[in-house]
Amino acid sequence: MSLARRAHAAPTAYVFLVVVLLASAFPFWWSMVIGSKDSSAIVRDPYSLVPGGHFLQNAATVADTVPFWKALGNSVIVSTTASAAVVLISTLAGFAFAKLRFRGRGALLVFVIATMAVPTQLGVVPLFIVMSKLGWIGSLWAVILPSMVNAFGVFWMTQYLREALPDELVEASRVDGASTLRTFWSVALPAVRPGAAMLALFTFIMTWTNFFWPFIILDPGNPTLPVALQQLQAAYFVDYSLVLNGVVLMALPLIGLFVVAGRQLVAGIMQGAVKG
Amino acid sequence: MTVRPTQPAPVAAPTPPDPAPPERADRPGPGAPRTRWRRRLTRLDEKGAPYAYVSPFFLLFGVVGLFPLLYTAWVSLHDWNLIGGQGDFTGLENYRDVLAQPYFWNALRNTVSIFLLSSVPQVVLALLIAAALDSKLRARTFWRMGVLVPYVLAPVAVALVFSDLFGDRFGLFNHVLGTLGVPEIRWHQDTLPSHLAIATMVNFRWTGYNALIFLAAMQAIPRDYYDAALVDGASRLRTLWSITIPQLRPTVIFVVVTSTIGGLQIFDEPRMFDQYGLGGPDKQWQTLTIYLYQLGWTQKNFGRAAAVAWMLFLIIVVFALVNFLLTQRISSKEGKR
Repeated sequence: MSLARRAHAAPTAYVFLVVVLLASAFPFWWSMVIGSKDSSAIVRDPYSLVPGGHFLQNAATVADTVPFWKALGNSVIVSTTASAAVVLISTLAGFAFAKLRFRGRGALLVFVIATMAVPTQLGVVPLFIVMSKLGWIGSLWAVILPSMVNAFGVFWMTQYLREALPDELVEASRVDGASTLRTFWSVALPAVRPGAAMLALFTFIMTWTNFFWPFIILDPGNPTLPVALQQLQAAYFVDYSLVLNGVVLMALPLIGLFVVAGRQLVAGIMQGAVKG
Repeated sequence: MTVRPTQPAPVAAPTPPDPAPPERADRPGPGAPRTRWRRRLTRLDEKGAPYAYVSPFFLLFGVVGLFPLLYTAWVSLHDWNLIGGQGDFTGLENYRDVLAQPYFWNALRNTVSIFLLSSVPQVVLALLIAAALDSKLRARTFWRMGVLVPYVLAPVAVALVFSDLFGDRFGLFNHVLGTLGVPEIRWHQDTLPSHLAIATMVNFRWTGYNALIFLAAMQAIPRDYYDAALVDGASRLRTLWSITIPQLRPTVIFVVVTSTIGGLQIFDEPRMFDQYGLGGPDKQWQTLTIYLYQLGWTQKNFGRAAAVAWMLFLIIVVFALVNFLLTQRISSKEGKR
């Protein structure tokens, strides 16, 4: 038995973490403060840390200035579709990589891992050319399609399936005469649910917060939330009460998601770290 | 790999499935064609299915990931207009033109500067946070979730809040610094302060995330490694420095390399730091990706934008390699103590 059990936290650790947490929460709080005042209140006392009573009025102005509801709907559509697609595609590929034998498996898996390091964002010029050939400029499909695959997802599900699904189960299902598809459906999918949920969460957040490509390809009238925020800034630079109100409105859905699923996020990052 | 006695040996030859093996005694006449058909199907399933399962990924990734990246090289060798499309083959002219632009070099400097200001403090701070989280805390999950909060804010949102906090005249940070006697800092005018402000946004969003990665790696270190240190009466910081960090080498490398790949492509934060999005009145914080966007979508010169994209790609590869070697070197030196 080891002498050095995990050390009891020193008081300094608590103090340090409290400071870190305050710093982590402060920008959001500040957006609440500024986003809930009218401009005259901000001018009167620019450094007060107490929210005002104008949040809803400001939110209404935000919704009048940019197509907020449209953007919210678009963000939901894009992020949900992308998450579902990434999970499905990655689980299928992960199942094959982790549990089936086939020629070229090793080489293909190495390829997947290598592509995780490829900065695909740098392909925007040809991607734009392709989308314009397809007539998809301004269309949500142009945003959805590129976010439907991600090498990290395949790697993640491969690792997850290796550990979560015993070879014996796959074998037993085979002996029973089940096809690989049936094995995938009734043996692999149930085993993989927690890992798939985590992957879906990460993909959802990644797509929800994505800006560069949607900003290039979408029209001002049909934006996602980050693109709408950019429009808000361009329209009302001086009026931070509206801009930061928009920040809060955009962040609320993810904050809600975080309250519900933050535990899984933490676990996901920590598991990914050990395996990656 | 476990041995799978029940599975037929993999057939290497690409011949069509051979005729059904001799019928077994217990499967007589009438059922035979059906069984044969089933066996063929099973074999086809076993040989073909894996490829079918991995193909959606490879097909889609090829179309939206790999092809665009490679085609960028092709575009960069042509006169290519956003509206007019493909023009003459011009060889390396786009590269020569871009390399002759002072703005390219300015953007490269800014990108590297912002990257250094964001990656180094971030790794250090993340290690400290992870060390604090690694002790026996009450309400563990609460602290862990707490440090992850910034991750759910979009970079665009983070940039907007911080560009207010870093306001030159009425910003909260300058106000607080002012009460401490620090003269007004022109965050939106001077080069280094603007880089600091943008690096702060990046650090804000990613430090907690990386701290959790480090924490996971710390918890995987066998506890007896700390026994000797405990006996020697080494301080907590000393233990962190001489035992924990050397053990974290692969994780530190992983974090540094991924943040290199992401950090050098930085766009959202500098784009949103003011409402014009050009990277400052004198391009004080114009990064390479903003420059790429300007070339491609403002000047409509896709050829040059593609040239910048490819050079940025090479820069990222070089940086990632250098960082990999550096981190490996530094931490292995630490490990020898």
